[in-house]
Amino acid sequence: MQLVLEKRGEQSVRMAILSPLIAIALTVIVGGIIFALRGLNPFEALYVYFIEPLTQDWARQQLMVKATPLILIGAGLAVCYTANVWNIGAEGQFILGALFAGLIPVYFPGWQTPEVMIAMVVLGIAAGMAWGAIPAFLRVRFSANEILTSLMLVYVAQYLFDYLVRGPWRDPKGFNFPKTVNFDGWQVLPKWGDVHLGALFAVIAAALLAVMMWRMLKGFELRVLGSAPRAGRFAGFSSERAVMFCFLLSGGLAGLAGACDVMGVSGQLQTPYSPNYGFVAIIVAFLGRLNPLGAIIAGLLLALSFIGGESAQVTLGISDKIAKVFQGILLFFILGCDTLILYRVRLLAGRPSQFQSAG
Amino acid sequence: MTGKNQDEYLLEALHVVKIFGTLRANDDVTLKVKPGEIHAFLGENGAGKSTLVKMIYGALQPTSGEFRWQGRTVTIANPAAARKLGVGMVFQHFSLFDALTVAENIALAMPGDFDLAALSEKIARVSKDYGLPLEPTAIVADLSVGERQRIEIVRCLLQEPRLLIMDEPTAVLTPQEADQLFIVLARLAKEGCAVIYISHRLEEVKRICHNATILRHGKVVAHVDPTKETAASLAKLMVGGDIHVVHSARQPAGGAARLKLSGLNLRPDGPFSVELKSISLDVRAGEVVAIAGVAGNGQSELFDAISGERSLDSDGMLAIDGEPVGANGVNARRRMGAAFVPEERLGHGAVPAFKLSENVVLTRHAADRALVRSGLVQKSGASGVSNRVIKDFDVRKGKPDPEARALSGGNLQKFVVGRELDRKPGILVVNQPTWGVDAGASATIRQALIDLAEQGSAVLVISQDLDEIFEIADRIAVISRGQLSEAYPAKDMTAEKIGLLMAGAHEIKEASHAARA
Repeated sequence: MQLVLEKRGEQSVRMAILSPLIAIALTVIVGGIIFALRGLNPFEALYVYFIEPLTQDWARQQLMVKATPLILIGAGLAVCYTANVWNIGAEGQFILGALFAGLIPVYFPGWQTPEVMIAMVVLGIAAGMAWGAIPAFLRVRFSANEILTSLMLVYVAQYLFDYLVRGPWRDPKGFNFPKTVNFDGWQVLPKWGDVHLGALFAVIAAALLAVMMWRMLKGFELRVLGSAPRAGRFAGFSSERAVMFCFLLSGGLAGLAGACDVMGVSGQLQTPYSPNYGFVAIIVAFLGRLNPLGAIIAGLLLALSFIGGESAQVTLGISDKIAKVFQGILLFFILGCDTLILYRVRLLAGRPSQFQSAG
Repeated sequence: MTGKNQDEYLLEALHVVKIFGTLRANDDVTLKVKPGEIHAFLGENGAGKSTLVKMIYGALQPTSGEFRWQGRTVTIANPAAARKLGVGMVFQHFSLFDALTVAENIALAMPGDFDLAALSEKIARVSKDYGLPLEPTAIVADLSVGERQRIEIVRCLLQEPRLLIMDEPTAVLTPQEADQLFIVLARLAKEGCAVIYISHRLEEVKRICHNATILRHGKVVAHVDPTKETAASLAKLMVGGDIHVVHSARQPAGGAARLKLSGLNLRPDGPFSVELKSISLDVRAGEVVAIAGVAGNGQSELFDAISGERSLDSDGMLAIDGEPVGANGVNARRRMGAAFVPEERLGHGAVPAFKLSENVVLTRHAADRALVRSGLVQKSGASGVSNRVIKDFDVRKGKPDPEARALSGGNLQKFVVGRELDRKPGILVVNQPTWGVDAGASATIRQALIDLAEQGSAVLVISQDLDEIFEIADRIAVISRGQLSEAYPAKDMTAEKIGLLMAGAHEIKEASHAARA
C-alpha cells in the first residue's frame, strides 16, 4: 500500500475552503493531546482555552482589541504574499509605527487639538512605510533576500525602541520605570469599552484591500506577478515596482497597527514591548487564505489563542507560552493542508516502482 | 543469431518505435554503431534524435523494437544501467553545482564511496592525458562554459565508456575550444570508443564523423558517409524534398515597413543566452515574414527584444509604423497596435492558475479601453472577449471559464493566438505558432495568420518548422548564433539554401563584410 499525491487539473474550490477548517480541527486535536500529556482533562482544558473567553463580555472586548492589529497587519501581508513578496518583518514596522506615534506626546505633550490624533496616526503609518522601504530597496537595488533583511530589521527596531524608551524618551517623573509619559486627551484614540477606533480602521482596510485584489488592475498585477512572474513581465508589469508597493502597503498598515495599539491600548510606550503581533499576523495571512477579508476571521481566531493562553494560565495554572505552541501548530497544519488544494491524496495498492517514478 | 558479422557492432537499434500519445517520435528506427566510429545523428528539431538518444541512455523505454549491445539483446532500464554497460553522455545543458569544486562535482556522479584525494589525482591525470586541462580544486562558478563542458567529458571518461553520446557539444564552444574537442574525440575513436555525435553544424559533421544517420519525422531517411556529401546535400536530406508550397493568391506586398529592426544588438543575460548582433529586418504591411533557425540560436532573445520584455539600448533599433520604440515597454508597443505571442504558453503567454477570462486581461489591459475603467477590471468585458475567442477559434474546454492549465496544449495555443488576433493587430509577432499543436489546430492558426496579413497587417513568425514556413511565409530569413540573414523571397528559397544559412553561411559573409569595413 502506498499513499500518493496526485496533481489536480485545477484548484479545488471545496478544498480551498475546507483546508483551514481541517487545519483548525487538527490543531485542536493535537492541542487536546498536549493537555492530556500534561495530566489535564483535555476537554475541560480546550473549553477553558477556546470557549470560555467567548462567554464573558470583557474577554470579547479584549478579543477585538487583540484582533485589531492582527487584522491590519495580516491583511497587508496577505497582499504581499499573494504577490510573492516575503515581508517577514511586520513586527519591526509595527514597533516603528508605535514609536513614531509616541514621538509627539513625548516632545509635545501639550499639543491637545484634534489634529494631534491625525498627526500621530499619520506619523505611525509613515514610519512603518519607511521601515518597510528598506528591505524593498535592498531587494530591488541589490537583489538582497527580503526575508532575511526584513526579519533582521525587526531586531534593530526592537533595540531602537528599547534604547529610546529607556534613555532619551523616559518619563522624568516616572520613578525610573522604562516608559514614556502617558498620552493624554486627543493623543488617545476614542474607545467603546476597551475597543478603540483602530478596530474600525482594520475592517475598512481589509475591505478596501479585498476590492483592490479582486476588482482592480493593481490587484490583478500583484496576483499575476505572484503566480507567474514571466507572464507578469509579458503583461508589462514591473516586479520591482510591485516589491516596493507591497512593502510600503504592508509596512504602512503595520505602522498604523502600531500607532493604534499605543494610542488605544497602553496609552504610553513601555518596554519590554513585544506582543509579537507582527509575527502572528503571518499566520493570520495564511489562515485567511491570503484573502484580506479572510484575515478578519483569522485575526479573531488568533486573538482567541492569545486570550485563551491567558485564561489557561489563570484557570489551569499552565504557562501562557501554550498560546505560542498553538499558533505554531496551527501554521504547520495550514501549510500542510494547503497541499490538498492542488493535489488529491490517493491510496494505491502495490509496491512503488522506482522506474515508474524515474520516467 | 549472434554470427560473426554482428559481433563487430557495439550498439544496434532494431526497428525501435517510441510513441508519445499519438505522436510517433521514433518510427521503426534501425541503425548500427561500430567500436571506434564517430556516428552523427542529423535531423531537424522534432525529428526524433533526442528521443532515440534518451532511449540509448536509458532515460526512456522503447514502445517496441530492441537494442543490442555487442550482439546481445539488452534492456536499458535507466541511466545507471546504461553507465554500467559503458554508455556515457554529455548533455547540452550541464548539471553541475556552481558552488562545488570540479572534483566534488565529479565525485557526486561516481557510484559508491569515493576518496576525494585519489579522485582528484585521477582527474588531473585523465584531463592532462586527453588534453582537457582541468584544475580539480577549481570552483565551478569561476569556470567558463567550455571548461564546464570539460568537467562533463572528464566525468564520462573516468568511467571508461565504450560509447560516448554528445548532444550538440559545440553549441556553447568557441571555435578554438571546438577544435580541441575534435582532437579528443578523434583520439577516443582511435582507442576504440564509439561516439554518437548530435549537431546541426553540417561542416563539423563532415569534418569529424565517419557515418551519419539522418532522421526526419521520427524515421530514418538515410545512412550516409558524411565525408562524401556536401553540406547542402545533407541539409536536403534533413529537410526532405517533399516540401509542398501552399500559397494564397496574394500579391507580394509592396507596402510600407510596419515593423523595422535596424542594427538591433542585445547583450546576453546568462550563460546560455545568445547575444543578438546587428539584426536588421523590415516587415511590411500585408506580408508574412518568417525567421527560420535551429532552436537556441537567439530566437527567444529576439522575441523578447521585439516585444519589449527586454528593453533596448537605443530607441532607433526598433520602429513600429515609422516611430522609434526601442526604449518603450511592451504595453507602449501594444498601444501602437503590436501584438505578441511567445513560445511558452503556460507561465509566459498565460498564467496557468488564472481563468481564461483573466488571461484576456493579461495582454490586453493596456491597449483595450473596455477592459479596465478607472483602475477597475471589467469582468464582463473580459468574459465577452474570452467567449468570442473561444467561439472563433474553436477552443475546446471542460467548463465555461476554465483555468488556463486545464486546457490541452493545442487548445491553449489557439486561445493565446486568438486573444491577440481578436484585437486585429497591425503588427503580430509569433514565436513558434504551432509548437506541439495537432494538425487541425495548426491549420487553423496558420490560416488566421495569412488572413491577418491579407488585411494589411505585418506578420512576423519565428519558427523551426520549415514546412510551416514554406506554407505561410512571403519572405524568409534565417537566424544563426544571434545573427540574422537577409530576408529572401520564399519562392527563391530552397531547403538547401535554408540549411546552409542555418549552418551559419551568412555569418561568414558578414564577418568578411566586417573585415572589409
